[in-house]
Amino acid sequence: MKITREQIDHVARLARLELTDAEKEMFTGQMDAILAYVDKLNELDTGGIIPTSHAVPVENVFREDVATESLGTDRALLNAPDRSESFFRVPKVIE
Amino acid sequence: MELYELTIHELHRKLKNREVSSVEATRSMLERIGAVEDRVRSFITVTPEEALKNAEAADRRIAKGKIDVLTGIPVALKDIFLTAGIRTTCASRILENFIPPYDSTAVAKLKEKGIVLVGKLNQDEFAMGSSTESSWFGTTRNPWHPDYIPGGSSGGSASCIAARQATATLGTDTGGSIRQPASHCGCVGLKPTYGRVSRYGVIAYASSLDQVGPVTRDVADCAIMLGAVAGHDPKDSTSVNLPVPDYSAALVHDVKGLKIGLPREYFIEGLDPSVKKAMDEAIATYQGLGAEFMEISLPHTDYAVATYYLIATAEASSNLARYDGVRFGHRNTDARGLLDMYMLSRDEGFGTEVKRRIMLGTYALSSGYYDAYYLKAQKVRTLIMRDFIKAFETVDVILTPVAPTPAFKIGEKFNDPLQMYLSDIFTIPVNLAGTCGISVPAGFSREGLPIGVQLIGKPFGEETILRAAYAFEQNTEWHKRKAEM
Repeated sequence: MKITREQIDHVARLARLELTDAEKEMFTGQMDAILAYVDKLNELDTGGIIPTSHAVPVENVFREDVATESLGTDRALLNAPDRSESFFRVPKVIE
Repeated sequence: MELYELTIHELHRKLKNREVSSVEATRSMLERIGAVEDRVRSFITVTPEEALKNAEAADRRIAKGKIDVLTGIPVALKDIFLTAGIRTTCASRILENFIPPYDSTAVAKLKEKGIVLVGKLNQDEFAMGSSTESSWFGTTRNPWHPDYIPGGSSGGSASCIAARQATATLGTDTGGSIRQPASHCGCVGLKPTYGRVSRYGVIAYASSLDQVGPVTRDVADCAIMLGAVAGHDPKDSTSVNLPVPDYSAALVHDVKGLKIGLPREYFIEGLDPSVKKAMDEAIATYQGLGAEFMEISLPHTDYAVATYYLIATAEASSNLARYDGVRFGHRNTDARGLLDMYMLSRDEGFGTEVKRRIMLGTYALSSGYYDAYYLKAQKVRTLIMRDFIKAFETVDVILTPVAPTPAFKIGEKFNDPLQMYLSDIFTIPVNLAGTCGISVPAGFSREGLPIGVQLIGKPFGEETILRAAYAFEQNTEWHKRKAEM
């Protein structure tokens, strides 16, 4: 086994996914098969190989520190599931 | 011929000569959408009011003599492109009611040219899939046969073109999501070089692999659409600051002396006989036109799918962390606290394939596994890129199948994710290498399903693959066949 049910519980918590038992069961088997498949990468010796994060060179882009038009409060709150005045409203964080 | 049947360049000629108005062309298209949509289900949202408003504006612009090649042309967009004021769902329940406050750069560029937006197209949820079956809004059907998938993830972009429900469309391609559905539906689909088109306002799946590109009726339309959306964008730091060539000018009917590579690793067991036949015939066509073939090797091909499913899922797990029910998107209202709200909102909002990929990506990035999976995959990605760099030292383009088989049946691979992933084996390496590829119609299976072949170019070699695709198209009849419906 590449992955256990306990690891699936742990990963689901990290990913902030409240999975059902049936989903956890299914993902355990499927991820096990996928991880067994991706193990084939270990056939390759990658010693000294530099990892690629982007296919084109990416560098930091600077711009002048000038104010430009921004989204604005009203438009930013347009899709808010819940709001209060100019804030996003969420369930109580601290009891 | 009905107006909805025309290509961009054909309709443009009629608009320019004032033979027809954009309103007439748009009405024709909206009627066509209405007539066939229940059999194809290409769209998540049809926008008839927006379309007619755009068409009237286009006609006023044409009357002033300010016509661009795209002015007044009915276009539909994959529902991954943010469209200001028009619902954009990415085919997910989590964005079911999301109304973007701004346009993606690609859409803004098309609007400047005066396109008519007829609607937003179905896709796999968050572009994760090869069949458009993972959409929250239901499965799109292949216009050539209703029992078969249209391909994915840009399945609606391809089915819409094959069913003549828009003159042209845009899709996105992370591991083959433009080229594979284009192949399965008998369209032309191009994935540009990474950085060629801005990703600003395109809902992110795997940011180091995602690219925007056209799905069209023919190669000339593909060149027009690519030229319209390509170019540097200060809002996307990965967009490349290189001049945009005149892609239409690249469409010369001449491939004499063009060096075409055939990678031996792509002629695998399990290649469908009809795909093999299409490849053989394509080779013969190019030979007849004076192109030179040589066998090449892309030795790490067999590792591409594994590499992709680690890198893409890792990036996805990070990108999709933003859907937490706080600022936009679906929120569970019964949650007892903040953490509970995150977990329940995401559980309800995401479909199975999206959850599976978030889980896999989170695992690949998690403490203790990062080096073994994510970092290892990034190193193999370097080897795959080097394969292409070496190949392009001796050839100008690489010719391959797009997919090992024609479109498969709806439901056939849906519960076997690994088999689904393996169907992208010929398109994924191009995304990992960051280079460009185009799918062009090249044959049909016994069941009458279209088959495409892929031309892969050097980074920023879009002109060369467009020219090679154009020469092929002008010497074959495949693109002239139409799905009967």
